[in-house]
Amino acid sequence: MTTTTSATPAPSAPTNKLGFTKQDYVGSKSTLCAGCGHDSITAQIINAAFESSLEGYRVTKYSGIGCSSKTPAYFINQGWGFNSVHGRMPSIATGASLANRTLINIGVSGDGDSMSIGMGQFVHAVRRNIPMIYIIEDNGVYGLTKGQFSATADKGSHLKSGAVNDFPSIDPCTLAIELGCGFVARSFSGNPKQLNAILKAAFAYQGTVVLDVISPCVTFNNHDASTRSYKHVKDHDFPLHDLGFIQYSEVEEVDIPAGETEIVTFPDGSKVSIKAIHEGYEPTDRFGAMKAIHESMAKGEFLTGLLYINPTQPPLPEVLNLVDEPLATLGEDLLKPSPAELDKIMQALM
Amino acid sequence: MTAALAAPSPVGGAKTRINDFSIQVATVNGSGSQTANTVLLRAIFQMGVFVSGKNLFPSNIAGLPTWFTIRASAKGYVARKASNEMLILMNPETAKEDIAKADPGALVIYDEPLQLDKLRSDLAYTPVPFQKLVTASCPEPKLHKLVKNMIYVGVAARLLGIDMEEVKKAIAKQLKGKAKAIELNQTACVAGYDWAMENLEDQDHIKVVRDNKTQGLIIIDGNEACALGALFAGVTVVGWYPITPASSLVETFIEYAEEYRKDPKTGKSTVAIVQMEDELASAGVVLSAGWAGARSMTSTAGPGVSLMSEFIGLGYYVEAPGVFFNVARTGPSTGLPTRTQQSDVELCAKCSHGDTLHVNLYPGNMEECFQFAYDAFDLAERFQTPIFVVTDLDLGMQNWSSKPFAYPSKPYDRGKVLNQQQLAEVKDWGRYKDVDGDGIPYRTLPGTPGGKGAYLTRGSGHNAYAQYSEKPEDYLEVMDRLKRKYETAKSHVPGPVFRNQGSDKGVLAFGSSDPAVIEAQDILAEGGLKTDYLRLRALPFTAEVDAFVKEKKVVYVVEQNRDGQMANLFRETYPEHATKFKSVLHYDGHAIDAKSVVDQITAFEQK
Repeated sequence: MTTTTSATPAPSAPTNKLGFTKQDYVGSKSTLCAGCGHDSITAQIINAAFESSLEGYRVTKYSGIGCSSKTPAYFINQGWGFNSVHGRMPSIATGASLANRTLINIGVSGDGDSMSIGMGQFVHAVRRNIPMIYIIEDNGVYGLTKGQFSATADKGSHLKSGAVNDFPSIDPCTLAIELGCGFVARSFSGNPKQLNAILKAAFAYQGTVVLDVISPCVTFNNHDASTRSYKHVKDHDFPLHDLGFIQYSEVEEVDIPAGETEIVTFPDGSKVSIKAIHEGYEPTDRFGAMKAIHESMAKGEFLTGLLYINPTQPPLPEVLNLVDEPLATLGEDLLKPSPAELDKIMQALM
Repeated sequence: MTAALAAPSPVGGAKTRINDFSIQVATVNGSGSQTANTVLLRAIFQMGVFVSGKNLFPSNIAGLPTWFTIRASAKGYVARKASNEMLILMNPETAKEDIAKADPGALVIYDEPLQLDKLRSDLAYTPVPFQKLVTASCPEPKLHKLVKNMIYVGVAARLLGIDMEEVKKAIAKQLKGKAKAIELNQTACVAGYDWAMENLEDQDHIKVVRDNKTQGLIIIDGNEACALGALFAGVTVVGWYPITPASSLVETFIEYAEEYRKDPKTGKSTVAIVQMEDELASAGVVLSAGWAGARSMTSTAGPGVSLMSEFIGLGYYVEAPGVFFNVARTGPSTGLPTRTQQSDVELCAKCSHGDTLHVNLYPGNMEECFQFAYDAFDLAERFQTPIFVVTDLDLGMQNWSSKPFAYPSKPYDRGKVLNQQQLAEVKDWGRYKDVDGDGIPYRTLPGTPGGKGAYLTRGSGHNAYAQYSEKPEDYLEVMDRLKRKYETAKSHVPGPVFRNQGSDKGVLAFGSSDPAVIEAQDILAEGGLKTDYLRLRALPFTAEVDAFVKEKKVVYVVEQNRDGQMANLFRETYPEHATKFKSVLHYDGHAIDAKSVVDQITAFEQK
């Protein structure tokens, strides 16, 4: 692909392979609360998109309703966005990704938008392996309606008002693994380095990426009795590994240091290097990953990093055997059967 | 064999009805009767006689009563006729009730063991030993149940005077290439025919006489016609969810797409079809695919439209195109899911919360199902909005004869989409700016290179530049422009069709009511009441509709729902004429018939 936009870097600003500066990937000013975890995620999306040299015009951003769903306005203004209705972001991403398979799709949702009202669409989008990065900005609380529990809130956790959550939480990551997702990750908005590496790997992945980012709500869920406060998450965050991402390049052959580093190669030739911190965690072992996540959750810990990876599954446009060019721009000559073909159809009905 | 009772002459010595009668067949669903009934219908059609069929089936896979009505009409009337001249009773569960409801003088063919002939003395009975005949003609016991129905086709063919060669041809057509099944069914059918030749006296009550009225016509249902319209319109993304009576629209489309929508060079598909998890997701796929530049559609029925309504409001407000077929059924709720009604008129006209107005198309026959399905994609892209094509179970799932469809040679109208070059030339592009004064803004598609034209589509308040806004003036600008856009649609939607007899009394109907209204209009005229008939084909109402409403003293609005929903739309649109609109209603789940229309209009006239 080529880009026809000539980037106009500030004199000293560094540029990426396409000649763009980081400024070319920013969006409008955030209107979220000062210190919101979501803004840190937005910042890493911008960084990762810049570092991955994404073509901005190919990026599409989808969201539902909620604080998280406002954020597509805050990054990559060169791309198109669709802020839809509550819990329905996955179907919006599905239709657009089928209409144009050359798009790079980023969906931003929240724990309320995805794990309650949108559970049905989340489940089925993952099952279909639609090509998109599905980010759940997870704070355990409904921020935009001023602080009700969401379905990812831990059982027994407290609201600011003192109300206690009586129900078990739903974990998007184990659920995604169960559904056959081939790229499941969890991160923390307070760990930009890890989030950046995961996002860059996610941009190179072809199917659905489920990325649950614990993102504390500074206004409604950051008190001492919360299990989603900055302090609590920081104290209970257990990064699994040091992640590296090496984008495929036809010119440079990158040497991966030998040793304890595991390499996962994507169909496009990009590579993820995984250097274990947490002993014995194997991100290509589906059942082992499930077991480890469940055990850590029982202890009240957040395992973060690349929880499960299997880059071989075909995304939806491949499953449907679609033509390579965007369906949206196919011409009438290819779409409309001929008069002789209509005649043949009519004859069969006589 | 107890075939002693031969078919007698018509009771009361009435004149023979040639090519002008109805047959009702009562069977059990899942017994293969649909094939037998379609063969009988097709055989009459092949005899050159206008014929229509109504399948009255239960919401069930096997074991419940089902009725199929076949109407032959030399005059070409194809509406359901409430009275039947021949009954074929195969279902022990309903036989007694069917006899009780029979019209006096009807010819009754029935399964001999049912012993129905003592129930009423004003019917002409023909008992047939179906079990004996099927045992003799079909060697495989497990197929007896399926083949049994072919025997009544043979018996009826003999009594009606249908050429057996036409019946055999109809079987071959219906069972397309399945040689063994064709032979089995033809043998059973001939066994019934031969038995009737040998054991029954001929009757002169009702007869089929060869004619040439159906030469060159096709038989099709509305769902298939709509599917073909979508195929030729180049639909590229389909998101759908199964629901009776709409499923066969997409399912038929899938069959055609297999053959006609593969890239000849690569064999890859030029259409994406996804069965979604529900109607909400289907609507999301349709609107976002349309937003991204595809031609997109779904097919659903009333309950599905209810589920989609949140998204349809979004589509209206953010101006995303998409085609929504509503094959309406009897509501509310699950209602009678296998019966017909026109009770989603108001739902589709204003689907969603807030102020929303939608373009609706109402095809009234098979050619229009095809043409309007084709046109709907142009309208969706021209007006950047959800378009409803509203049919119903009667149009969608019943067999209709039709002229073959004309090739839609009009090139696609892809609407106001700016490409990279055009964008480069535009100085001050705003996604929702009304540049041309017609209420239709210019849009761009995601993935357009060049660094211009990207925007964020949002269901929340926005200004002409697609920026978030809660300002009253910005809100009003968008909402008032949307109203202007709807006004512009008046000159793009199909106008009404008239059938005028030179009267100041108007009859207004739409969709599947058309055949019953035409027949009713003739009956009323014979009785001295002339009417002018306007068949509405779209929302918004066009200038011709305005004129009709203004000039008529009274307008009988015929529709198949309880509340007179279309009449309500008229009263709302033309408040100064509100008292002119009188509702003629039919809503019991059966397709409307001419007699109901005649009776109600006559009653109004006598007031």
